[in-house]
Amino acid sequence: MTLNNFLILSAFLFCTGLYGTLARRNAVLVLMSIELMLNAVNLNLVAFSAFRENVTGQVFSLFIITIAAAEVGVGLAIVLLIYRNSRSVDLDQADQLKG
Amino acid sequence: MLDNAWIIPAIPAVSFFLILFFGKRIPTKGAAIGITALGTSFVLSCVAVYQWIDRVESATGGKSSGLAAFGRSLVTHGAETKPVVEPVLHHVTWWSNAGIDFGVGIRMDGLAVMMLFVVTLISLLVHIYSTAYLHNDIRYTHYYAMLSLFSAAMLTLVVADNTLQLMVGWEGVGLCSFALIGHWWEEGANSKAALKAFMTTRTGDIGLLIGVSVLFWAARSFDIGKINAYSLSPRADHGMLLVAASCLMLAIIGKSGQFPLHTWLPDAMAGPTPVSALIHAATMVVAGVYLGARLYPVFWNGFSIGNGGVNFMVLIGGITIIIGALLAFVQDDIKKVLAYSTISQLGYMVMALGAGAWVAAVFHLFTHAFFKALLFLGAGSVSHSGSHHSFDMKKDMGGLRKFMPITFWTFIVGTLALAGIFPFAGFWSKDEILVTAGQSGYDFFLIVGLVGAFLTAAYMTRCVYLTFFGEYRGHGHPHESEPVITVPLIILAVFAVLAGFLNAAAFHIEKFATWVEPRVAFPELVHPAFDYPKAAISLSMAAIGIGVAAFFFFKREKMGKLNGLTERNKVAHAGYMFLVNKYYLDALYENVIVASIRGPIARGCYWVNQHVVDAVVNGAGKGAKATGQWTYDYLDRKVVDGAVNGTAEVTAESGGLLRYFQAGRVQRYALYMFAAVGLLALLLLIANI
Amino acid sequence: MDWFDSWALTLAVFLPLVGMAIVLLIPKAEEGLIKVVALLTTLVTAAVGIGILANFNLDDRHLQFTANEEWIKVINSRYHVGIDGISLPLILLSMLVTVCCVIYSWNHFPEPHNPKAFLALMLLLETGMIGTFVAQDLILFFIFFEIVLLPMFFMIGVWGGPNREYASIKFFLFTMFGSAFMLLSFLAMYFLSKVHTFDIVTLSHLHGAGIVHGTQLLVFGGMFLGFAIKVPMFPFHTWLPDAHTEAPTVGSVLLAAVMLKLGTYGFIRIALPMLPSAAQTWAPWIGLLAVIGIIYGALCCLAQRDMKRLIAFSSVAHMGFVMLGIATLTDFGINAAVFGMVAHGLITGMLFFLAGSVQERYGTREISRLGGILTQAPKLGWLLGFSAMASLGLPGLAGFWGEFPAILSSYQPKLPFGLWDGSAGTLATYRTFMVISAVGTVLAAGYLLWMFQRVAMGTPKPEFENAHIHDLHTEEWIAFTPLLLLIVALGIYPQLLFKMTDLPVTQLVHELSRALG
Repeated sequence: MTLNNFLILSAFLFCTGLYGTLARRNAVLVLMSIELMLNAVNLNLVAFSAFRENVTGQVFSLFIITIAAAEVGVGLAIVLLIYRNSRSVDLDQADQLKG
Repeated sequence: MLDNAWIIPAIPAVSFFLILFFGKRIPTKGAAIGITALGTSFVLSCVAVYQWIDRVESATGGKSSGLAAFGRSLVTHGAETKPVVEPVLHHVTWWSNAGIDFGVGIRMDGLAVMMLFVVTLISLLVHIYSTAYLHNDIRYTHYYAMLSLFSAAMLTLVVADNTLQLMVGWEGVGLCSFALIGHWWEEGANSKAALKAFMTTRTGDIGLLIGVSVLFWAARSFDIGKINAYSLSPRADHGMLLVAASCLMLAIIGKSGQFPLHTWLPDAMAGPTPVSALIHAATMVVAGVYLGARLYPVFWNGFSIGNGGVNFMVLIGGITIIIGALLAFVQDDIKKVLAYSTISQLGYMVMALGAGAWVAAVFHLFTHAFFKALLFLGAGSVSHSGSHHSFDMKKDMGGLRKFMPITFWTFIVGTLALAGIFPFAGFWSKDEILVTAGQSGYDFFLIVGLVGAFLTAAYMTRCVYLTFFGEYRGHGHPHESEPVITVPLIILAVFAVLAGFLNAAAFHIEKFATWVEPRVAFPELVHPAFDYPKAAISLSMAAIGIGVAAFFFFKREKMGKLNGLTERNKVAHAGYMFLVNKYYLDALYENVIVASIRGPIARGCYWVNQHVVDAVVNGAGKGAKATGQWTYDYLDRKVVDGAVNGTAEVTAESGGLLRYFQAGRVQRYALYMFAAVGLLALLLLIANI
Repeated sequence: MDWFDSWALTLAVFLPLVGMAIVLLIPKAEEGLIKVVALLTTLVTAAVGIGILANFNLDDRHLQFTANEEWIKVINSRYHVGIDGISLPLILLSMLVTVCCVIYSWNHFPEPHNPKAFLALMLLLETGMIGTFVAQDLILFFIFFEIVLLPMFFMIGVWGGPNREYASIKFFLFTMFGSAFMLLSFLAMYFLSKVHTFDIVTLSHLHGAGIVHGTQLLVFGGMFLGFAIKVPMFPFHTWLPDAHTEAPTVGSVLLAAVMLKLGTYGFIRIALPMLPSAAQTWAPWIGLLAVIGIIYGALCCLAQRDMKRLIAFSSVAHMGFVMLGIATLTDFGINAAVFGMVAHGLITGMLFFLAGSVQERYGTREISRLGGILTQAPKLGWLLGFSAMASLGLPGLAGFWGEFPAILSSYQPKLPFGLWDGSAGTLATYRTFMVISAVGTVLAAGYLLWMFQRVAMGTPKPEFENAHIHDLHTEEWIAFTPLLLLIVALGIYPQLLFKMTDLPVTQLVHELSRALG
C-alpha cells in the first residue's frame, strides 16, 4: 500500500463530502457531508503521519475530531431549531437572510 | 420818524399776531386792532412825509460835486441846480454767511415816504370800509389779520434798503394776496383764482430770484444804493445789467400785471372788493413799478433807456396799455372793467419808466392809487347797497344815480380823474407821461399813450352808463351806503381832485418832482416843460372818447345799423369773441401750458419714473431673483447637489449589486468559499511550478 | 466739565440704546411704562444735546467733544467721535424729531398695536442716526449708517401700508446696494492713501494724497453711489416714494427728517474733503442730476393722487436744491445745503405729520376724496397751509434760506473760496442750473398749493360731509409746536443756524481750494 492510495481515497471522500455540502437540500445531510469532509481530512493527515513518521498529523487529527464533534452538536441543535420553526429542514427554503 | 421808520411796518406786523391770537375774543373781532394799527402807521407816515419835505426844502444849495464816490448826478431844470439830498439810511446786520453780510434796514427818501403815505392811507380807509362791507362775514377776524399782514409786508417792501428785504416783502404780499383772494375759499372758483394769482406772480418771481442774484454778483452787494451807484458808474458791466434788468422786468410783468402775465388780475376780483381796492389797484400791483422806480439805474443802464427808440420795458408797457383797455370794453362785471383798467394804467406806468419818464411814472402811481381805489370802493358800495351783492352791470345795475348820489358823484370824480380830464389828478400825471415820452425820443409810444387815453375814457363812460344811468334792472332795493362806506369814498375823491396839483406843470408847480425824485445815484433825466399843444391833444382824445361812448350809449336807438353789429357781422363777431376770450391767452395758459404740465407732462414724467427708472430697479430685483433661481435650480440642485446625491446613489447602486451575492442560502456561501479556496490553490500551484 | 467733553457724544449716541434695552425688558402689557421710559430716554438724550449746544464753542476750528479710543485693532479702526458746526444742527434735529415722534405716537400707535417693539425700534433708529453724525472713523460711520436700515425696514414691513413688503425690501436692498460700493470706497481709501487709516480727520487732511486722479474718480464714484441713493438723487430715488407711502406716519417723518440727511452729510463730511479733485470733476454732473431731480420731482408730484406720495416726491425736489448747493463747491452753497437740510427736515417732517393726521381722521390720503379740511378741522388746515408755504420757500420761513443761497451761489461758483476750475463752460453750466432751479420754485409752488387747494379749501366731499372730524389734539400740538417755532425762527433769523455752520464750511472750502492749488 502506498501513500497515494490513501490520498486518493481521502480526496475522493472529500469531494463526495463537498458535493454533499453544496448540493444537498437536507440540512442533516449537509452536516453529514461536512463530517465526511472532516473525516477525509483526518484520513489524509493520519496517512501522512503514518508514512512520514511524524506524529503532528495525528495530533492535528485529534483536534479535528474534537472540533467536529462540537460542531455537529451545535449544528444539529440549530437544525433542530430550524425544524421547530419552519417544519422543514430544506436548506433552499432557509434564505431569510437574503440581501 | 425818518430814522425810526422801521416802526411803520412793525406795527401792522404786531397787530397781525394780536388779531390772530386774540381777535376772536374781543368785541370788534379784531377790526379795532387793525384800524388802530394802521391809523398809527398812517400818522407816523405823515410825520415821515413832513420830515422828508422839510429835509428837502432845507437842504442848502451848493453842495459841491465832491461827492463823486456815489456817482450822483445833479438834476438840472432850466437854470436851477437842485441840491443833493441824501436818503436816510439805517442798516442792521442780521447775519453773515461766508463773509457776506445780510441785513435789514430802511432807505427813506422821497419815493419811500410817498409810498408809505399812499399805502397806509388806503389801507386805513380799506380797514374802515371793510367793517361794513364784510360785516358778519364768516372769517372776519382772519380777514383783518391778513390785511394787517399784508400792510406789514408791503411797508417792509417799501422801506427796504436791500433787495433781499424787498424780496421778503414781495413774497409776503404775494402770500397775503393768495389768502385774501381766496378768502371765500368754499367756492372752488375763488381758490382757483387765488392759486392762479400766486402761480402767475411766482412765475414772474423766477426773474426776481435770478435778477437779484445777478445784481448781487455784479455790484457785490444787496444794498439798493450801492447797486444803483454801481449801475451808473463807468465800471458797470452792461451785459450783466441787461440780464438783471430783463429778469427784474419779468418779475414786474408778473407782479404788475403786464402782458403776457396779466391774466391773474381779472380773476383776482374773486376776492372781497376792499381787497381788490387795496391790493389789486393801489398797492401790491404797483410793487413791480416800485421795484422799477427803486432800482431805476439798473434799468436805465441795462435797457439803455436814455437812447430812445424802443426797449423791452417801454414795449411791454405800451402793449399792456392797449390790450388792457380793449378788454375792458367787453366786460359785464364792473370789477373786471376796473381790473383791466388797472392793467392798462400799470402799462402806462411801466411804459413811462421805460421811456425815461421816472417822475411821471411815480406821479401816476401816486394819483392812480387814489382814483382807482376810489373806483373800486365805489363799485363795492354799489354792490353792497345797490345791486344786491352782484357785480354784473348788465343784469343788476342801472339808473343807480338816483338812489346812491354820493357813490355816483365820487365815482364820476374817479372816472374823470382816470380819463385824464383837467383839472383832476389823472390829467396831470398822464399828461406828464405823454409829454416826457415824446421828448425822450419815444414818439411811437406817445401815440400809444394817446390811443390809450381815448380808450380809457370810452370804456369808463360805458361802465358809468351801465351802472348809473338808464333804468334799474336789478332785484334789490337800492339805497345809499352807510357813512362808513361813503366817507372813505369822499376822502379819496378829494385826493383824486387835489392830488394832481402837486405836480401841475402848467402852473409851474413841481413839488412832487422836487420831493420825490432821487438826487443820489440817479441818472440824468429829461424834464420837459408843460406842453400846451400835447395837453390839448390828450384832453381832446379823452373828451372824444367820452363823447363817442356817451353818444353810443345814450343815443342807442338812433344808432340803427351799429346796434347789434357784433351779433350780425361775422368779422365783428369774431373780433368780439376774441376780446371776450381775452385773446385766448387764458386758454393758452390754462388749457395748454398749465394743463399740459399738470396733466400729460406730469403724468408722463411719473410714467417714466414708474416704468423706466423704477423698471430698472425692479428689473434689477427681478433679474437678481431670476439669477438666484437659475443658480439654485441648475448650479446648486443639479451640479453641487447632484454630486452629493450622485455619490450616495453610486453607493446605493453598488450595494444593490452586491445584494445578489447575499442569497441567504448557506450552501451558496460555502460554494463561494470553496471556489475561492480552489482558485487560490490553483494559483499557488501555478506559482510554485 | 471735562468728563462731559469726552462722554457727551457717547452718551448721546448710546443712551437711546440703553433705553431700548430697558424697554425690551418691560413686559409687553405695561404700555404706559414703556411709553414713559421711551419718552424719558429721548428727552434725556435731547437734554444731552442741549448741553452740547450750550458748551459748544462757535469759534473753535477743530472738532469738539472728541473721544478717540482703541477699538478694533486688527483693522486699525478706532472709536473716534467728534462734532463741529456742520454735525451739530443735524444731531439736534435728530433728537428733536425723535422726541416729537414719541409724543405724536402716544395714543396713536399704528396697527398691529405693539408699542414695545415700535418704540424699541425708534430708539435704535435714534442711536443709528446720531451715531452717523458724530462718527469720525469710516468703519464706525459705516456701522451706524447701516444700523438705521434695520429698524426702518421693520417699521415699514410690519406697521406699514398694503404694499409694505415690497416697499421695505426695496428700501433695504437698494440702500444696501449703494452702501456696498461705499464700503468698497472706504476700503480703497484705507489701502490707497498715503497713511493707512480709517480716521476721517486724518484722511480729510490728506485730501486724497497718494491716490491717482483716475482712481480717485472711481473711489468717489463708489461713495457717490452710496450717498446718492440715500439722498435720494435722481435716478436712484425710486425707493423713496414707495418707502414713504407705505411707512407709518412716524416712520415717514424720521425717514424724511433725518435719514435722508445721512447721504448729504456723507458728501460734506467724507466725500468732499477726502477727494477734492475728484469732487471738482464730478461736481457738474452732481449738479446736473440735482437740477433734474428738482424739476423731475416736481413734475412727478403733480401726477400724484396720494398726499404722502406727493410729499415724498417733493423731498426729491428739495434735496435737489441741497445737492445743487453742494455741487457748487462754494462756502455759500454748502452753507445753503446744510441750512436746507435742517429746514427740509423740519418742514417735510411737519408735512408728513400732517398727512398722518389727515389719514387718521379721514381714513384716506387720496387727494380726490379729500376736501374742505379747513372747514372741518380748521387748525389742521391752517397748519397744512403754513407748511405748504414753508415748503415752497416763502421768504420769512426756513425753506427760503435753503433755496435762495443755493441759487445765488450757482451763478458764480467762483467765490474767493470756491472750487471752480476756471472754465467758461462750467460757468455757463452752473448758470443754466440756476435758471432751471428757479423754475423749480414755481413748480414747487404749483404742486403744493394745488394739493392745498384741493385738500384744504373748498367744501368736504359727500363721503365725509357728515363725518365727525376732530381738530388737532394735545399730543399733536405738543409734537408740532417745536417744529413750527423753529421753522419761523430760522426763517426770520437764519443766523441761528448760519453761525454754527459758517466757520466749518468756510474752513472746509478754504482747505480744499488750497489743496487743489
